[in-house]
Amino acid sequence: MSASELTPPAANDWDPEALDTDEMILQMGPQHPATHGVLRVELRTDGEVVNAARPHIGYLHRCFEKHCENVDYPGVMPYADRMDYVAAMGNTLGFALAVEKLAGIEVSPYVNTVRVIMAELQRIASHCVAVGTYTMDIGAFTPFLHLLRDREKVLDLFEWTCGARLLYNYNWVGGVSHDLPDGFGRAARDLLREFDAITIPELIDLIIGNKIFIKRLAGVGVCSPELGISYDLTGPNLRGSGIPRDLRKDAPYCGYESYDFEVALGEGRFGPLGSCFDRNWVRVVEMRESSRILHQALDRLEKMERTDVHEKVPKRVKVPKGEVYFRSEAPRGQLGYYVVSDGKANPYRVKVKSPCFTAMSVFHHLARGMMIADIVALIGSLDIVLGEIDR
Amino acid sequence: MDITYDLLLRIFPALADAPSWVLVAIVAGLPALACFAFMGVGPVIYVYAERKISGFMQDRLGPMRVGKWGLLQTIADTVKLLFKEAIFPRDVDRTLFLLAPIIVCVGAFLPLVVIPWGARLQTADLNVGVFFVAAISSLSVIGLIMAGWASNNKYALFGGMRSAAQIVSYEIPAIMLLLVPVMIAGSLSLQDLVAVQAGGLQNWLLFRYFPIMPIAFVMFFVAGMAECNRTPFDIPEAESELVAGFHTEYSGFFFAMFMMAEYTEMFVISAVSSVLFLGGYLSPFPGGVLQTLGPLPLGWFWLIFKAWFLIFVMMWLRWTLPRLRVDQLMHVAWKVLLPVAFVLVVVTGFFVLLPETANGFLWDRWVAWPLTLAFVAFLFVVMVRALRWNRRRAQELAA
Repeated sequence: MSASELTPPAANDWDPEALDTDEMILQMGPQHPATHGVLRVELRTDGEVVNAARPHIGYLHRCFEKHCENVDYPGVMPYADRMDYVAAMGNTLGFALAVEKLAGIEVSPYVNTVRVIMAELQRIASHCVAVGTYTMDIGAFTPFLHLLRDREKVLDLFEWTCGARLLYNYNWVGGVSHDLPDGFGRAARDLLREFDAITIPELIDLIIGNKIFIKRLAGVGVCSPELGISYDLTGPNLRGSGIPRDLRKDAPYCGYESYDFEVALGEGRFGPLGSCFDRNWVRVVEMRESSRILHQALDRLEKMERTDVHEKVPKRVKVPKGEVYFRSEAPRGQLGYYVVSDGKANPYRVKVKSPCFTAMSVFHHLARGMMIADIVALIGSLDIVLGEIDR
Repeated sequence: MDITYDLLLRIFPALADAPSWVLVAIVAGLPALACFAFMGVGPVIYVYAERKISGFMQDRLGPMRVGKWGLLQTIADTVKLLFKEAIFPRDVDRTLFLLAPIIVCVGAFLPLVVIPWGARLQTADLNVGVFFVAAISSLSVIGLIMAGWASNNKYALFGGMRSAAQIVSYEIPAIMLLLVPVMIAGSLSLQDLVAVQAGGLQNWLLFRYFPIMPIAFVMFFVAGMAECNRTPFDIPEAESELVAGFHTEYSGFFFAMFMMAEYTEMFVISAVSSVLFLGGYLSPFPGGVLQTLGPLPLGWFWLIFKAWFLIFVMMWLRWTLPRLRVDQLMHVAWKVLLPVAFVLVVVTGFFVLLPETANGFLWDRWVAWPLTLAFVAFLFVVMVRALRWNRRRAQELAA
């Protein structure tokens, strides 16, 4: 890859004087069905071809990081839930682990297993939305509803456990809010068995293997491994480019090192490696791998002695002076929390490294020279959640 | 027209004394009224069917609240759309904005004039029927461009441009393929085209000239689907790309007119396909069995049955397939459909010229039937296997 391919487009691309007579500025969003939230993309189009694209973010900015400085550590959790609202479990898990690392709290293996179960169920639910909305972006409506149907079942499990369906406030500093209810293992196994035996094969039959779907995506939005690294892509987006980077393997937490699973990788089967198809395919395979982890975790849970999930939850979270950076593998990539404590009840500073933000940053690079329909495919394949980008 | 006249005279003998202009008005007006009624009621049925079919495909129920099984849902929606305010955004070209849905509707509804519902049940048996259908149905593209341009909205403009490119491109292979049955019948009149296929299922054009006609039928159906903007060719109104395409800025009844036009166009394409290839109003049984039921002619039933079946196939495809991209769409039209259509026209012309193959190939009687049967049997086996697979999975899950 040459250096010129890695350089971003020049700033004067957007000079109104520089606009060609054939060209037109198209504002896509903030209210547009394909931008997955309140994203605005400015496209400089020549007919159907996009000469340059510029994303505008910030429509969902809710001062998450500033809020954190004014509430105590457990109070941050509900805010963290609302960052990536499609995968709230992953957000709170990252923050809980960061604070536990700073405060030196060790949770029991039981709690760790419960956290893994919740995180992986959340990964399945989140990828269901990602893959489902993606098929809708490509124009097929039916797989979306099939996947949402199965996400509902995961949400039912969450509701059964902690009473909430979207924003759980489940992971606490030092534990989790509720123990798993009796019979949870059996219900979860039923769900997974159905998921493995029906949903995934049906999904692949119905849409992933569809010729139109493949033709639309393979070879579109190709992100080479070098480009992915230079823009700091993480999670499925980077793995779609064929780089086996997964924090559950590379920097394990919650005992992920003891589970047997594979890192899903893009294979470039129908076109160049790192295309939209590969990024989407990684999510599909990851759902299967999550199901594998869940089976192991549920096995383990049966043999394990139950401990009180509130055992290590401090009455008042006291964090010594210091700072910590902790990153975890959220469904959308590496979610990093940088927490600074001055020893008081509230964090002094919380900074989030968001996977969707970096995914969005590569967008303008990949979007050059695409057609409008491909722009939609590209946004969908990056699987952004605006709540996490804007915070 | 004659049949209306005869019927009227039989019921109201007094009418014979009426002045001739009254008779003409009534005799011409009644079929027109019937067409109007059909085009008004048709979309209501199709929309309901579409919502129910999509519902069942997506593992949900579809509309269930208004009336039994939601039967009144589309009527309620129609009433809602009728009473909704028609919003005119600032800076729209009002004249064109209003004219566009009307032109689209005219283009969609006018072909119904020549659709034959029975041997004598037809509003007008034009001797250029097929040509009329092709010409009038391409009128609607003007309305679509007009809507896209007049809306003063970039998405609508994109939708209008896309629909222009798409419909004009697909019209060419569609018309080439229309020529294939027309050459065999030697007439452009839809009545003559149906008459050629009389005598039962095996005489339908689909089952004659074995490899040519099935290909022509499938290709014509695909091109027709593209002409009425159905998925996988729905790029002019691609929801995830262009919000709603050319009708982004339309609301209330004007929006409903676009919807009506789209669904009526579906019916027209399906009806024309069944007239050309599936024997139109003829019953599938040999010897005219069930062509009439006592005194009641059943032609209309067979035509509607065949057309609705094709509409069902369109809906089935819509809720299964993703959408093509603009360049891929053009690729299909210009590089696949058009060359094959040319080849079919030339080959058909060649065989029609030879006296011994003018009425079908020699092997048709031996090959077309068994092959079609074999295909149906194959589909049946696939279906049974899928059902078995499902049942096995269900049993595994229950264990």
